[in-house]
Amino acid sequence: MGTSVRLVGRRLWQLLPIVIFATLVVFLLLQLVPGDPALILAGDYATKERIEEIRQLHGFDRPLIVQYFSWFWKVLHGNLGTSLLSSAPVLDLIMQRMPNTALIAVYALVIAAAVGISLGMLAATRVGSRVDAFVTSTASLGVALPSFWLAILLVATLALDLHLFPATGARPLTVSPGEAIRHATLPAIALAVGVIAELARQVRSALIEVLGSQYVRTLRAKGLGPMAILWKHGLRNISVTLLTLVGLQVNRLFSGAVVIEAVFAIPGAGSLVAYSAVNKDYPVVQGTVLVFVVIVILVNLTVDILSALLDPRVARE
Amino acid sequence: MSTETLVAKGPVAAPRRSLWRVIRRDLRAVLSLGYLALLVIVSIFAAQIAPYSPIEQNAAELLMPPSAAHWLGTDDLGRDVLSRLIWGAPNSLYASTLAVSVAIAIGVPIGLVIGFVGGWLDEVVSRFIDALLSFPPIVLAIAVTGALGIGLTNAMLSVGVVFAPVLARIVRAQTLVVKQALYVDAARAFGASTPQIIVRHIVPNAIQPVIVQVTLMLAVALLAEASLSFLALGVQPPQASWGGMLARAYNYIEIAPAQMYAPGFAILFTALAFNALGESMRIALDPTMKRR
Repeated sequence: MGTSVRLVGRRLWQLLPIVIFATLVVFLLLQLVPGDPALILAGDYATKERIEEIRQLHGFDRPLIVQYFSWFWKVLHGNLGTSLLSSAPVLDLIMQRMPNTALIAVYALVIAAAVGISLGMLAATRVGSRVDAFVTSTASLGVALPSFWLAILLVATLALDLHLFPATGARPLTVSPGEAIRHATLPAIALAVGVIAELARQVRSALIEVLGSQYVRTLRAKGLGPMAILWKHGLRNISVTLLTLVGLQVNRLFSGAVVIEAVFAIPGAGSLVAYSAVNKDYPVVQGTVLVFVVIVILVNLTVDILSALLDPRVARE
Repeated sequence: MSTETLVAKGPVAAPRRSLWRVIRRDLRAVLSLGYLALLVIVSIFAAQIAPYSPIEQNAAELLMPPSAAHWLGTDDLGRDVLSRLIWGAPNSLYASTLAVSVAIAIGVPIGLVIGFVGGWLDEVVSRFIDALLSFPPIVLAIAVTGALGIGLTNAMLSVGVVFAPVLARIVRAQTLVVKQALYVDAARAFGASTPQIIVRHIVPNAIQPVIVQVTLMLAVALLAEASLSFLALGVQPPQASWGGMLARAYNYIEIAPAQMYAPGFAILFTALAFNALGESMRIALDPTMKRR
């Protein structure tokens, strides 16, 4: 128990510089906007007094580093500023929309893990066969396929032609779980395809390596069946790799969600960032990017800790 | 067949496999190169090849199905879809090349310097790279584009900045390996200066994985451009882009469903070609193959 507490502590300590740099990048986003930040935050029809008030409020006359720490302090207290378009607190806007993004992202991850890992296992146990060739080329196709095009094709066929799924929109999971899942299915499939391709490839190559190793040969010589080798030894040995891989996909899922939510008109955090960027609602863009990057960092932290618990070699590093 | 085996195994002929020699025997790579060469030609001569102007509107022919006059039909403003598809090629190639060039210009020098100098500089910059890699790439690119001002060039500059850490990390790792090689010590003993060592020894050795990564990155940049243009953050109307064409086609999906195919296939094939070429080069440059 003591070791795992120490482990978590060490990981958190290692995370600190990354958190500082990542928040610094988010903070500096607003500085990239050409022109006076007070003028920008005041909006198009602000009076001189209002602009001066905003300048005072945000302290734009102070050194950048001071501004950063005061911004960071506010962020720690849940204050991400207010939207220029709706005047609503940015955090509220994100919190309203994040469940929709989370639903399709988690749904996609579940589909991708199930399909991608199975395909990778199928190919790795039949290297050089037709099945392997099929999986490998499908994976190449999946990596190159624009997810939003796939989304459009899914809408055209499964929604508009066959009426199997709704074409657009989202339903809250808490109110009507069945409807929510139905609405999230096509977006989740569109999001999952790239991840499936990536997982299938990586699982294939990782498994091939394990199955070709000396000790697997020994197990085989001892008379252990191929299924027992694959499930008990193969998968167990790549479990840490797998976990890391799945963790890394969260990044890809959020990137994909921005476009996929636009296709399916889902009011999620991804469509929020795109809409706000087009409409110059900088505080909302900044806040959403921050929330996304914090989630990614937390997921990677969790993956790190789980890997260390699964594999004592990782913990000893 | 038999002569080839002889040549390959013969003690006399052990030529260093050049990248091109391997690539040209690889059907997948040749096809990809051929397709990309065709795309470059189409991009250069778009004005001559395209049957119509890509931006000229024609209110009499809205959302027409494919015909002899308009092979791929017309869009919601009566513009010829084939001409817009052709004019989308230079925009896509420009976008991918720009983003990847920016990534190289930023990522490679940073990777070289932190790998070579090491110490606290490496420690700090590496953490910064980790931080940048924690951002969902498209999300960060959208945020930077939104801040700098919407448009294709800004969008691809942002994508390039987002890609740079990936290259920096690869170059750094490669530099760390090469800098400890014996021949670098020898060069230093013979009085070579640091810049000389970097240019003569480190760069040539680090360049191969970078070439592979850059080719694969062109595909990712292409998909990023298509996504951003689809979201109206990339190529601005009336200019043609494959992603933008898909966005328009999607609006009229129930009236003119055929319009969603051509731009999608254009993106898919181009991304496939970059990926296939990158994969072929990776295999060609694999040290285990080279040693033979």
